[in-house]
Amino acid sequence: MKISFSPEDEAFREEAARWLADNLTGEFDKLRFRGGPGDEHSFIDERRAWEKRLAAGGWVGVGWAKEDGGRGATISRQVIFAEEYARAGGPGRLGHIGEGLAGPTIAAFGTAEQKARYLPPILRGEALWCQGYSEPAAGSDLAAVATRARLGNDGQWRISGQKVWTSLAHLADWCFVLARTDPASSGHHGLGFFLVAMDQPGVTVRPIEQITGSSEFNEVFFDEAVAADLLGQPGEGWKIAMALLGFERGVSTLGQQMQFRGELDEIIRVAKDNGAAQDPDIRSRIAEAQMGLTVMRYNALRMLGGDAEETRAALVYKLHWASWHRNLGKLAMDVLGEAAELCDTAPYGLTRLQSLFLFTRADTLYGGSNQIQRNLIAERGLGMPKEPKGR
Amino acid sequence: MQFTFTEEQRMIRDAVAALLAEQSTSAQVRAAMASATGTDDALWQALAVDMQACAVLVPEHLGGLGTGFVEAALIGEQLGRHVACVPYHATVGLAVSTLLACADDAQQAAWLPGIAEGTTIASVAGLGENERKSADGARFRSHGDGYLLCGHFAAVPHAHVAGLLLVAAQAETGDTALFALPAGSRGLTVRHRPTMDQTRAQAEVLLNDVALPASARLARTDEKSLATARVCATVLIAAELLGVADASLAMAVGYTGERRQFGRAIASYQAIKHRAADMLLKAELARSAVYYAACVASEALFGRDDAARKVAAELPQAASLAKTYAGEAAFYNAGSALQLFGGVGFTWEYDVHLYFKRAQGCSHFLGSPALHRERVARALLD
Ligand SMILES: Cc1cc2nc3c(=O)[nH]c(=O)nc-3n(C[C@H](O)[C@H](O)[C@H](O)COP(=O)(O)OP(=O)(O)OC[C@H]3O[C@@H](n4cnc5c(N)ncnc54)[C@H](O)[C@@H]3O)c2cc1C
Repeated sequence: MKISFSPEDEAFREEAARWLADNLTGEFDKLRFRGGPGDEHSFIDERRAWEKRLAAGGWVGVGWAKEDGGRGATISRQVIFAEEYARAGGPGRLGHIGEGLAGPTIAAFGTAEQKARYLPPILRGEALWCQGYSEPAAGSDLAAVATRARLGNDGQWRISGQKVWTSLAHLADWCFVLARTDPASSGHHGLGFFLVAMDQPGVTVRPIEQITGSSEFNEVFFDEAVAADLLGQPGEGWKIAMALLGFERGVSTLGQQMQFRGELDEIIRVAKDNGAAQDPDIRSRIAEAQMGLTVMRYNALRMLGGDAEETRAALVYKLHWASWHRNLGKLAMDVLGEAAELCDTAPYGLTRLQSLFLFTRADTLYGGSNQIQRNLIAERGLGMPKEPKGR
Repeated sequence: MQFTFTEEQRMIRDAVAALLAEQSTSAQVRAAMASATGTDDALWQALAVDMQACAVLVPEHLGGLGTGFVEAALIGEQLGRHVACVPYHATVGLAVSTLLACADDAQQAAWLPGIAEGTTIASVAGLGENERKSADGARFRSHGDGYLLCGHFAAVPHAHVAGLLLVAAQAETGDTALFALPAGSRGLTVRHRPTMDQTRAQAEVLLNDVALPASARLARTDEKSLATARVCATVLIAAELLGVADASLAMAVGYTGERRQFGRAIASYQAIKHRAADMLLKAELARSAVYYAACVASEALFGRDDAARKVAAELPQAASLAKTYAGEAAFYNAGSALQLFGGVGFTWEYDVHLYFKRAQGCSHFLGSPALHRERVARALLD
């Protein structure tokens, strides 16, 4: 076990930091620290352009294998890039669902033709993706998806049904859709994993107004929409959908931690300014936030070390960060005190910390709610009995 | 950066685990608790002499293995899992850390070889800070070419079985110094005393004009050296608490899987599963914190290059974090185990109380969570 970085890794850190300093300037300067949770709707055009700039510098797919067109960087270097990106104030990534979820899944399960078709546009920072899993009647119980896929005589799969809470669907070029290939099936069986272009007559996107007053997620209606591709075989949808959720716990979490760091630093600044830093209860909660964030990093390093014995570190990770972040939102409000009520602008322009407070209530819901995480931890981590099912 | 164990580290851990499974069973722990010294001599012989478990932090030229702090932490974790009644933390966590951080070459050469070969048990009095009003403490003054020590400590881990006692004492001026006292020094009285946790034996230490030669004063007792010793000791106690947290969880999962009520195993109820999931969350975060802090401690004690120095600067925060998370995990998990066992968890016969008491017994030792949080807060806010 060794936690200091090698001189070569430190040189890589300098290279990344220098590139970011050189490129987050001019037209992109205003993007620093923007576009994070609660702020996703800001500077969309500029952030699309930024995706391409990032890609041109070779910084999309840093952790992807070389044969897939990535840099094939070691875990240490992926950690370093994620840290430097966040330290530099790199804006919220519009491409993260493609780079972090769709890409690795296609690389793992796609044919050579599928990889050649879908991976390069992600690596060029051009194609934006969204995730079509949840439905009105399939939330925590994802295996209850009812969206149907029908194979036509022309050899094309056509998708009909409704997805909901689909983040960034209003901007995305592509959606990966979990749909039922076998209408007689139920549960995990008879599902397929489809790649569907958003720009076609059979796809309708309707934004949903969120607790923040802004719209980051959407309802998506499919009416005989043509699927460009099926990944894997009919019936393998569940296996692929679950593998994808595994990629979700990748290195991107370390970049997310640097964003958390920025938020905590802002809260500390406010606390020092307004005297909250003298309140013993606040002091203790700030210290707890600091420790919770630090241990998040250590836990991620263990998890990324890839040791087979360390699967439990990965299993508890989501529950920890989601609860930590939600508590940070409340801490921000309590540090501000009564001033926490005051919006920036009319009619409902939330401050960054107000957005944090409201948006973090979603963290303990999406990607497996805290309750679902606890079920998984107990069953997979501790081998306790499975939940009874009503079907 | 390599945040996984080496093959050697796994071997040490597994060897100690196997030894303890054999020689630190519930019956053996209970026998040691009830013995005059509260210590398992046979187990200590096997651990310290045969296996050289105390040698991991001692440099090779002094008869040690010179491996590092991660190895010590892995051993401590296993000892915690078994609430083993041995003076490992006293000897390695407290005394070796202190000798490495504060003693000069001659002093290290005098004491570390005996510790490495397992023949010298050692402990330290007064390394932690008093969080409550306390009469604990010692004073020293010059006396001829040497010093005179007076003072009193209510509870020093395993001091009654130690051949070497290191004592922190203050001068009139407020300066702190550390002194090495061989057992049996004139004026030194050490008495094993009853404590609520009987698996970590403690002793009262009285110093009545103990005369010491100048060479008994450890060479470096500036605040930084003392802090290094203190935080290394803190990391090792956190490692033991991690073991306590883990074992408590394992007991609870085992028992709730067997116990049936309302026609099914109580482990199938979501309220029980979710409690167990929270226990695993706490244990795993504690594990991340402890292993990381152990790496940092290794760099602080043995690292020589710039990268090591950079990492070593994280030690105070890493140690505070490890102690807080491991301490809270141990207490939460042992307390939860007690609840999940129901009535039998409240009996002397079942082992739950041993873990519950160990968790409580260590929760204020080398700083409570409140003290560590305030330390972190001070660094951030003041
Ligand atoms: C901001 C945001 C963005 C999202 N983005 C996407 C996206 O891009 N793509 C996508 O597919 N989905 C997305 N989602 C959807 C998200 O994955 C679901 O909200 C989540 O799976 C929960 O489903 P649900 O909302 O239907 O709640 P339900 O499943 O109805 O849950 C309601 C409550 O019941 C609890 N509960 C449910 N089952 C159990 C059980 N077995 N045991 C104990 N408690 C239980 C839950 O924890 C929750 O507290 C997003 C959600 C949010 C909030």
